[in-house]
Amino acid sequence: MIKVLFFAGIREKMDRESVNVNAANGTVNNLKQMLIEQYPEIADDVSRSMIAVNEEFVAEDTVLQENDVVAIIPPVSGG
Amino acid sequence: MHKDSTNVKMFEVIEEPLSIEGVVAKVVHPHAGAINTFIGTVRELTNERRTLYLEYEAFVPMAEKQLRVIGAEIAERWPDTRVAISHRIGRLDITDIAVIIAVSTPHRAHSYEASRYAIERIKEIVPIWKKEHWEDGESWIGDQKETVAYPTGRPEGLTDD
Repeated sequence: MIKVLFFAGIREKMDRESVNVNAANGTVNNLKQMLIEQYPEIADDVSRSMIAVNEEFVAEDTVLQENDVVAIIPPVSGG
Repeated sequence: MHKDSTNVKMFEVIEEPLSIEGVVAKVVHPHAGAINTFIGTVRELTNERRTLYLEYEAFVPMAEKQLRVIGAEIAERWPDTRVAISHRIGRLDITDIAVIIAVSTPHRAHSYEASRYAIERIKEIVPIWKKEHWEDGESWIGDQKETVAYPTGRPEGLTDD
């Protein structure tokens, strides 16, 4: 299983901080599409977000491994 | 005033109020002729909208990691420079300090450049988000410059590890 972390607006819309999905051995892009299909309420947010795997930004063709932790990173606004 | 940097956390994301003197003390160094500080504060008026208060949220371990990345980028670009960054999260009121960046350099020109570089990079690659609360609503703020997901999966300017 892959743990997917939600933050900010996505976390609020989902009313939860994470979900577990069956996405190992697929790409980051596959996971993104999976989330967009399964959770239409956050589809726009997810498609505009960056993806981090194990706390690092990665290219969308990166293949996920079992137990990876994915974070959906909406456009940031710190500072 | 010089602090031993071996046990000091130079890059942190915390819920407690920030100390300007505390962050500055982390970069004091005998090689430095200048210390530049950037202090980000909570502003009341944005686009004619009056903010009541802000909420900051972070993916803390990754945010601290990205602040360290910014520190490394600065060290590479401006040699013999020290950087410390503290960002606050949670509820912040108007005029509260949200972020402090302290940069020390041998000569002053680099201190201005590195300080500015740091805040611009924070606004690109650090997973921290702010939510504005107004009288008649609230909204998470996203990057208004770019609304397209990064095609390479990461923002511009990141070096490969």
